[in-house]
Amino acid sequence: MKQSILLLTAVVFLTASTAAAEPVKIGMITTLSGGGSGLGIDVRDGFQLAIDQENGKLGGYPVELIVQDDARKPDKAKQISDRLIKKDNVSIMTGIIWSNLALTVVPKAVDEGIFYISPNAGPSLLAGKGCHENYFNAAWQNDNLHEAMGQYVNDQGYKKVFLLAPNYPAGKDSLSGFKRFYKGEPVAEVYTKLGQNDYAAEIAEIRSAKPDAVFFFLPGGMGISFIKQYNQAGLKGEIPLFGPGFSFDQGILGAVGEAALGIKNSSQWNKDIDNPANKRFVDEFKKTYDRLPSLYASQGYDTARLIASAIKAVGGDMSKKDAFRKALREADFISVRGAFKFGPNHHPVQDIYIREVVSEDGVLTNKIVTKVFTSHSDAYVGECEMK
Amino acid sequence: MDYSLVCEQVLNGLQFGVMLFLMASGLTLVFGIMDLINLAHGSLFMIGAYLCAMAFQKTGSFLIGLLVALPGAAIVGIVVEVIALRKLYARDHLDQVLATFGLILFFNELTKIIWGPRALFLDVPRSLSGTVNIIPGAPYPAFRLAIIVVGAAVAIFLYLIITRTRLGMLIRASATNREIVGALGINVKLLYTLVFGLGALLAGLAGAMAGPLLSVEVGMGESVLILTFVVIVIGGIGSIRGALLGAVLVGVIDTLGRAFLPAFLKLFLDPATADGVGASTASMMIYIFMAVILTWKPKGLLPAHG
Repeated sequence: MKQSILLLTAVVFLTASTAAAEPVKIGMITTLSGGGSGLGIDVRDGFQLAIDQENGKLGGYPVELIVQDDARKPDKAKQISDRLIKKDNVSIMTGIIWSNLALTVVPKAVDEGIFYISPNAGPSLLAGKGCHENYFNAAWQNDNLHEAMGQYVNDQGYKKVFLLAPNYPAGKDSLSGFKRFYKGEPVAEVYTKLGQNDYAAEIAEIRSAKPDAVFFFLPGGMGISFIKQYNQAGLKGEIPLFGPGFSFDQGILGAVGEAALGIKNSSQWNKDIDNPANKRFVDEFKKTYDRLPSLYASQGYDTARLIASAIKAVGGDMSKKDAFRKALREADFISVRGAFKFGPNHHPVQDIYIREVVSEDGVLTNKIVTKVFTSHSDAYVGECEMK
Repeated sequence: MDYSLVCEQVLNGLQFGVMLFLMASGLTLVFGIMDLINLAHGSLFMIGAYLCAMAFQKTGSFLIGLLVALPGAAIVGIVVEVIALRKLYARDHLDQVLATFGLILFFNELTKIIWGPRALFLDVPRSLSGTVNIIPGAPYPAFRLAIIVVGAAVAIFLYLIITRTRLGMLIRASATNREIVGALGINVKLLYTLVFGLGALLAGLAGAMAGPLLSVEVGMGESVLILTFVVIVIGGIGSIRGALLGAVLVGVIDTLGRAFLPAFLKLFLDPATADGVGASTASMMIYIFMAVILTWKPKGLLPAHG
């Protein structure tokens, strides 16, 4: 018995040392259980699809993806991050969905020389004062989609908009993002409790305030409840709703149902963006997972493709940190959203679209209506002093 | 501030309170009569909503959804009671909290395995999808009125069961002294299973009725659960009348606080601060209310064995 273990150990060591190249280790911390798990699952599946397309490789070199569930809890994310860095020796981390989790994990990880590429969360701190040479965001800065909606609502000539968001940092950021480009006077700014699911009181307030439009940011289940109740109150036909794409994403539309039909929302990606990379992504995602890809899936996929481009540039050798960073900065990959490059704070400079919820063969989905921003950066880039 | 808005908000508060009552009635029965702290009550709420949504998707009928959800939740409740909770009656409350918290995690994961991580769709039945002009100028969703009616029916039903039937008599008796009831030859074990099943059925009903309004998703029961505990503590643990009174008070206070506190604060503060402070204070209102009630009446407004 002992002998065989020894033999096994020897074999393991032998194969490890003789292997052509050690796989690049990527740690993914994301939300796979509890509320909001749909987002993490989509990011993971999008990322995994990119690896599967290359048969276990990214950029031509083998990778090992270690996926861990943070259950949307900051302390748990912190523990996983410590373990990934110290025990698993990952060189790249990604996956976090929520800004509060990102703020607990990212600053420490990048200080320890880990590359962190965000597939979703983009808090203002990390785009501005807290920017870091090892931190990249492949999705957006948190304010971006709200800014686009503010611009669009303004362009459409709405003058009295009712604003609604949860009472937490991302909620306040969203309304300030919206107001950055909306020039009219908000009729009211209402902050609701995070996790609230009955909006009868707010809807009565909207009816009585008689705005000409409503902008809301209520991520996850809050948005599902709000849109359903808004429709049930008979307001949908009277006062148009506008919001960021999160509440109208593929993973959520099924649960909102026809109440979402016709609502305009903002997004940097949609499945009908016409480029070969997107076409391939949408087709193969559908084939592999038997569902339409969501915004989050596209971000997970792009994150993996971005990492692939940089791994390729350094020939799979993760000790070449400066070269790896330089390659990430160049972002030499074809994004499924079309034009994509990084600004000086390592956040995307990209186009943002307005989509409309439509029904295609009985399935609710989005189609692009117009482009609001071309090569749009973020409001915090000036505050970033990259070392 | 116009009159119809105030009326509408009071109605909203009443409806929210009735929703809470559907949850609280089951929880207070279990807590008050069986002396069991059941954190998994929210999971039964979730199961009710999921079963209703599943049946709704298969058949397109909300009524069939209800017919599946109610017995479904009751059966799940009974199975859980027999397998897990029965062993916990003699243990102290901390053990019960730990065990039933474990059940929450178990049911959340099980739900995700069976129905997937994405929220399910559940719509109001066609016949109740419109609005009713109950207050001039403020069309009110018919389904929300239906919730108020169902809540009132449940209150009457429970009142009749508890005060007019033999089962109710036994429930009241064993709440007072379990051993004596057992010594008189009553199968207390079976009685407790039935009470727990009834509590689960009520939670399932609440879940199914809430499903068309809310997002039917994993973990939907937890946020309701906290408010439900507030309700039964304010009303008096174990008292159905207390649960009804507590639920309506909490519903109305919470709704009116959310609706009018920011506007009220704008009389003294600048609008941006008033919005922020108002929103934060409004979400604290019911807890402040609970603290006041408990200093005045430590056993709640209408204690069961007063």
